[in-house]
Amino acid sequence: MFGAGGGTSSYTEIEETDVILLWGSNAREAHPIFFHHLLKGLDNGAVMYAVDPRRTSSSKFADVWLGLDVGTDIAMANAVGREIIAADLHNKDFIEHSAEGFEDYKAAVEPYTLEYAEQITGVPASAIGEMAHAYAKADKAQILWTLGITEHHNAVDNVFSLCNLALLTGHIGRWGSGLVPLRGQNNVQGGGDMGALPNKFPGFQTVGDPEAHAKFEAAYGMPLNANPGKHLTLMFEAMDEGTIKGAYVIGENPADSEADVDHARRLLAGLDILVVQDIFMTRTAELADVVLPASVGWAEAEGTVTSSERRVQRVRAAVSPPGEARHDTEIIGELARRLGVDWGNPSSEDLWDELRSLSPVHQGMSWERLEAEGGLQWPCPDLDHPGSAFLHGWLWEQDLGGRGPAPFSITEHEGPKDQLTDEFPLRLTTGRALDSYNTGVQSSGFESPIRYGDAIDLSPGDAVALGIADGERVLVTSPRGSVEMVTRIQPDIPRGLTFTTFHFPELVDINTITNDAWDPQSGTAEFKAASIRIDRLASAPVADNPVGANG
Amino acid sequence: MADLYISEDQADKIELAAVAAVLGGVSVVVHESERLVRAGTRRRHSHRHLLLPALHALHNAKGWISPGGLNHVCELLQVPPAEAYGVATFYDMFRVEEPEHEGDVVHVCVDSACQIAGNEDLISAIEAGGAHVHRSPCLGQCERAPAQFIQGVGRPDHVPADDDPLLFHQAGDPTLRLLKRVGLVDPVSLDSYSQHGGYEALAAAVAMGAEAVCTAVADSGLSGRGGAAFPTGVKWRAVAAEHGRPKHVVANCDESEPGTFKDRFVMENDPFALIEALTIAGFATGAENGWIYIRGEYPLATARLQNAIEQARAAGLLGNDAAGSGHTFDIELRRGAGAYICGEETALFASLEGFRGEPRSKPPFPTTHGLFGEPTAINNPETLLNALDIMLIGPHNYRSRGTERSPGTKLLCLSGRVAQPGVYEVEFGATLGDALELAGGITGSGELAAVLMGGAAGSFVGPDSLDMPLTLEDTRERGTTLGSGVVMAFTTEIDILDVLVRISEFFRNESCGQCVPCRIGTVRQHETMVHLQRTGSLDAARRALVDDISRVMVDASICGLGHTAASAINSALALGLITGVES
Repeated sequence: MFGAGGGTSSYTEIEETDVILLWGSNAREAHPIFFHHLLKGLDNGAVMYAVDPRRTSSSKFADVWLGLDVGTDIAMANAVGREIIAADLHNKDFIEHSAEGFEDYKAAVEPYTLEYAEQITGVPASAIGEMAHAYAKADKAQILWTLGITEHHNAVDNVFSLCNLALLTGHIGRWGSGLVPLRGQNNVQGGGDMGALPNKFPGFQTVGDPEAHAKFEAAYGMPLNANPGKHLTLMFEAMDEGTIKGAYVIGENPADSEADVDHARRLLAGLDILVVQDIFMTRTAELADVVLPASVGWAEAEGTVTSSERRVQRVRAAVSPPGEARHDTEIIGELARRLGVDWGNPSSEDLWDELRSLSPVHQGMSWERLEAEGGLQWPCPDLDHPGSAFLHGWLWEQDLGGRGPAPFSITEHEGPKDQLTDEFPLRLTTGRALDSYNTGVQSSGFESPIRYGDAIDLSPGDAVALGIADGERVLVTSPRGSVEMVTRIQPDIPRGLTFTTFHFPELVDINTITNDAWDPQSGTAEFKAASIRIDRLASAPVADNPVGANG
Repeated sequence: MADLYISEDQADKIELAAVAAVLGGVSVVVHESERLVRAGTRRRHSHRHLLLPALHALHNAKGWISPGGLNHVCELLQVPPAEAYGVATFYDMFRVEEPEHEGDVVHVCVDSACQIAGNEDLISAIEAGGAHVHRSPCLGQCERAPAQFIQGVGRPDHVPADDDPLLFHQAGDPTLRLLKRVGLVDPVSLDSYSQHGGYEALAAAVAMGAEAVCTAVADSGLSGRGGAAFPTGVKWRAVAAEHGRPKHVVANCDESEPGTFKDRFVMENDPFALIEALTIAGFATGAENGWIYIRGEYPLATARLQNAIEQARAAGLLGNDAAGSGHTFDIELRRGAGAYICGEETALFASLEGFRGEPRSKPPFPTTHGLFGEPTAINNPETLLNALDIMLIGPHNYRSRGTERSPGTKLLCLSGRVAQPGVYEVEFGATLGDALELAGGITGSGELAAVLMGGAAGSFVGPDSLDMPLTLEDTRERGTTLGSGVVMAFTTEIDILDVLVRISEFFRNESCGQCVPCRIGTVRQHETMVHLQRTGSLDAARRALVDDISRVMVDASICGLGHTAASAINSALALGLITGVES
């Protein structure tokens, strides 16, 4: 199961690692708790390379920031891989024993010289080479990434291109080394673990796999569909085609968060039935035929959450849900009863034990152990198993235990779907701010001294070229639509790049203009790369000091 | 550092130039191209030690550290302004508010030796002349009491008395070891130093090898002369045994104990000797980095050491393959900025690293976690000077003078009511009476009432102690200390209570405030002394309070400042030097 599932490493491992590649992640703002662990690592002497189109607040903590052009991650990763091989720094014993497809990989990355990568990414070849050598020579090294890697039309290839580097150097399956995708929600990992994925049963058992199929049919006592379901983006396509006519949305706000959001809203509004189960009256809930008020996952609910390091922890209800709000499991159980199946009134522990009976990686995590040991990390196959600090340790064992070696993947640079043109000459990428969360459902209710709203950041050079002042209201247009925004001139942003957050859909409907091109393998839309044009509003006076105070 | 919030105040041209002169274009964040920037925690950590020199430059340029100047330094070094402000306000020599007066500041010493030598008259005279006076803790010029030090604005600092010819009564005495060149050698000439036997000790050290040097120092019985008397050989061996990390040797020239001026005397008059001795320490311990941390009020010693370092470097006596030893060693000189606590070794490290000079808990000890958390041998200059003789004459001959447990000679700082105050080198075992005689005996009206041994952190002894041999063991046996070699004589005409009030005020001001017993204890102690002075009496309850405070400070303070802050006062009360104190 290499290349899927969860972060390979424990949080504390980053405190003891030697080299960190923070790739497409602004963890300082988006994952501030994890970033504290990372800061300890830096204080302990780790060297950090930040690969990001923007010099984010996270990148500012890096020893070296490599400001690659948006969507050129594969070119950079392949060049790193090629350089490691060319400098004979790859771990030949590890590759021989634990990986497969090396020769094909080597041939595939051969064209990606440092110079070629410099042409594509804009980052000096010597710096890419330096990062390659540092990563390969390190005793312990980790690659961390988030949505800068995955919110692209070729998200999975982006991830694979990074996994290749770990296979090449053996920075996997050992304490302090690993591949760490950071999760956004406190329990995103738990959602995936429980099977809230279109192609997985609980515990990452594959839909369509005959053995898994038989097991779950037996457990659930009814025949199951052997075909994988649709992920979010495909669901919207199916709505468009009219094959999906109803939706039951639990704790999501697609009416604000989908790319090309006008289109998404029209589709949701056009459904025969839309049921929304949420703790807030979100924009999606406003479109719904039925709204089911849910309880808050922590404070009002019993159960577990699972963090990015695969640690399952107990949460407990401290207060009762207000008004008519009810726990998610209670609502679902009640719904089942109305549909003719009585699941009784299972406790959180009952539900947990059912999971344990079906998911081998959770088998050893009894309720008592979770409470007594302060959480456990999967895989934890039996009651005597201490849990797993990191994954893929088996790659280092003499006997791979029947598992096949981990495969190299061939990935090629493609670049973003939205090409820059004379009509749309600027690149727009989106991201997050420390004090806000996604579409603001959970965070816009409180004040913050460092919140500035969804401004569009651009470089001083572009501001001069366009005659735009700091703080000016402008029209931002992509091939899909236009929004009005306020500019913020940022000395750190490279020329040709613009940036905005998307935390304030009520102020700026930024996903009106983002690209809904998506990755067929993961279903993630290309939020990170749109092409745009910035126009001054007709009514605006001529700016006499275009660069403003920041110039 | 990403989380850096800088106000809008900006440095002016003078400040920019001053900082550029000392930092030489150094910046933590380096923009190599629009898409490549170097910065990071390690660069930030490795540049932090430049904060103190940068603050000195700012202060010297304008006479204060302005918010704009501080912002500029903070941006270059990526230090949060609040933290840099905390560092700036830690030191007595730095002001962070614009002064109302123009130009230089005249620091006049208000501690014991100057207090009894008419410092208030001097202050009045200077103020009458229109200059601005800052009442300063001990300036380390007790032989020239009342002492002054001029802090320059836009020009170097200056000590008026440095223009006077050297007065050294033992000059040329053949029995001298540590001061044998003083008065004979030209302190600004490496050639002159060489002609007077300079760098023969280093050659001998290189010839015998690092391990043998450590052995010789250990066999000599040399112990630290800063006050704690820790065996130097043990310290050096411990650092020599550390491998795999950068190592340091530090000369602790932050001589700030009131009454102490011996190190200044040596550094001003035989600076190459300290450079050579520190090089030997570096060779013996395997440390490549030598540091001299000198107190900010010593402009002449600073200039002469800096000159000596540069001449030694030019002559190949520092740098790669220093003096042909095969060992790389160089020395960096740093100035303190007026903080007694920075003489405490771990506080000195913190200060040198660019932080507030607050002591750290020990263990771990400097030999494993010293400067920058790396193995460090830190020694007093006088201690280091002894190593020269040990190299030249061997440990056996070295022990031919002094006593079994206190071998060698000792520098004494004789001040107060003696006829010829100054630095004197005596053999361990000479009596207190001998020492006073060496300085021409008691002078002025009245009889000898008490002698303060070891400085403000030491203790008073009465005239009945004139027969006390000046050795580590004899002073300890009599409940006092040699400390840093302070011998300050007080006569019956002097109001000792005034001196005690000032000593208690000194500790109150100099407590770094980090640990509670010292922060509060020194204040309570001062209040009690002021009460005694105002009312003329100290009842049994208050006397008990003084004892309580003293016990808590000794038991529970982090560092030696708190441990010794009550020592002089306790001894004075015990000797009955103060009337009106109930027991």
